Amino acid sequence: MATQSRATAPGTGRSLARSRPRYGEFIVKTILLIAALISVATTVGIVAALIEPTIEFFSEISLGEFFGSTNWGPLFNPPAFGVWPIIVATVEITLIAILVAVPLGLAAAIYLSEYATPRVRKIFKPVLEVLAGVPTVVFGFFALVFVTPLLQSWFPFLDLEAKNALAAGLLVGVMIIPIVASLSEDSMAAVPNGLREGSYALGASKMLTSVRVVVPAAFSGIVAAIILAISRAAGETMIVAIAGGFKAVFTFNPTNEMSTMAAFIAQAGSGDASVGSIAYKTIFAVGSLLFIMTFAMNWFSARMVQKYREVYD
Amino acid sequence: MTVLTTPASAVRLARQGRPIGEHIFRITLLSSLIIALGFLAMLLIYVVQEGWPRLDSTLWESMPSIRRPETAGVQSGIFGTLWIIGLTALMALPTGVLAAVYLEEYADKTKWYNKLIELNISNLAAVPSIVYGILGLGIIARWLDFGFTVMTGAITVSLLVLPIVIISAREAIRAVPPSIREGSLALGATQWQTIYRQVLPSAIPGIATGSILALSRAIGEAAPFLMLGAATLVRFNPEGVWSSFTVLPLQIYSFISQSREEFHILASAAIVVLLAILLLMNSVAIWLRNRFQKRW
Repeated sequence: MATQSRATAPGTGRSLARSRPRYGEFIVKTILLIAALISVATTVGIVAALIEPTIEFFSEISLGEFFGSTNWGPLFNPPAFGVWPIIVATVEITLIAILVAVPLGLAAAIYLSEYATPRVRKIFKPVLEVLAGVPTVVFGFFALVFVTPLLQSWFPFLDLEAKNALAAGLLVGVMIIPIVASLSEDSMAAVPNGLREGSYALGASKMLTSVRVVVPAAFSGIVAAIILAISRAAGETMIVAIAGGFKAVFTFNPTNEMSTMAAFIAQAGSGDASVGSIAYKTIFAVGSLLFIMTFAMNWFSARMVQKYREVYD
Repeated sequence: MTVLTTPASAVRLARQGRPIGEHIFRITLLSSLIIALGFLAMLLIYVVQEGWPRLDSTLWESMPSIRRPETAGVQSGIFGTLWIIGLTALMALPTGVLAAVYLEEYADKTKWYNKLIELNISNLAAVPSIVYGILGLGIIARWLDFGFTVMTGAITVSLLVLPIVIISAREAIRAVPPSIREGSLALGATQWQTIYRQVLPSAIPGIATGSILALSRAIGEAAPFLMLGAATLVRFNPEGVWSSFTVLPLQIYSFISQSREEFHILASAAIVVLLAILLLMNSVAIWLRNRFQKRW
């Protein structure tokens, strides 16, 4: 659509292109380009917001202290800046969430794409969309007042604290199921029927066809879906702030209260830190770390898709 | 030519021969889906049951309080959310649709800057919402000096939902077949006339569906507002774009943070209101899609 053809009228040698440029069209195109550039400006804005306070932070706190200590408490007196407790909590909650969401989401996707009749699909897909639209405060509330007490009464030997990483992780997992399910389903639906028919013709059952033919063919899309889900889980704030708590202790035990990176940002950002203080700058330092982590995952996901994408016609 | 049909005996044989593993696999898949949706059902039942005693007009007629849960309401939260969503719709939807038109209709995909824009949008869609809160705090509230106002909140959330609007609008525009454009161009319309009179009207249902879903994301968002000082108790409705504000999800968050049981009932009731708004928007989106979706 973008290139204008420079065809010549037959026999005359004269160009068919307009001699007078259309200024209106040019103005429209410029306005549209500006709208598209706002998204680039957003990224620039995020980096600009993060970079200056982060540099100031690391001029006061050394990288060695930040990454070399396991004691975290920038809002305490005396403050401590060892970032590992909140990194461990973030990774652990993400891991629990993935353990919930990947099997359930993938199974749901295979069912919807390979087994469900169009009518069943037409009912289930909107319901999954509703699940995707549930605000995260609601999941957090449910984890705190319903799931945690339930787990406490079912598994008393776990000694679950009132706020804990386990319930928070479970609900983060439920939150990302629709992401895994709908994106994987899209890529499975894009696998051409010829592949399935070929598999059936060789005598494979429906299960074998789904697992050995359709899933591998849709692999790049599935991986991209899982990585997007991981970055959503790692950056999730409200569920972990409500059900996971704000106490940053260096522990791997998910029955404890744990503060993730996002939860720390929320806690410090919602008024506990005064502008210009070292605690305030810590928000931006942790924010930079979170931004870099999700950015790296996206980049990796884009590479995976490019590298393993199977193109069908 | 003879039509080949599968003999009934073969069908029966195939059914008999189906190994038990096939059935177990199918049932496992279905139950995974049902477990996921069962969570949704349990959640809905729980909040309606918990919030039922407080689902009365006081809820939207009175202001929040952290001392008297029995007479507290969420009116300032509802009005704050309406302001934010209204402004977000005004800012994010036109920008997103225009950007989508550029990327689908004008952009030369081999140029590096267009590749950069595309990569950038897919990256932004995965940036955690709390990081947008940092953007709002550092750039909009402090550097531009907009303060903790409705305007700051609306701009922040607009930037947050912009990638979603762009991605869904692009899909809707891409679904319009090239023959429509070619027909219009062949009749002498310019490229913009083609887009404005042919492509956009055909893509409207898809764009509307995506836009509603993006706005419903904005309604449920709480994390960025935490960074924008909206967490404090606000006992008045916003009077304009430069007024301070709170939103419904944050109001719910501050009720949850209270330890008294009555506040959890109040939070449940407020959640029912929030979910009702979102369900309504979702149903409109689904209805629009089913009603106007064209198969070319």
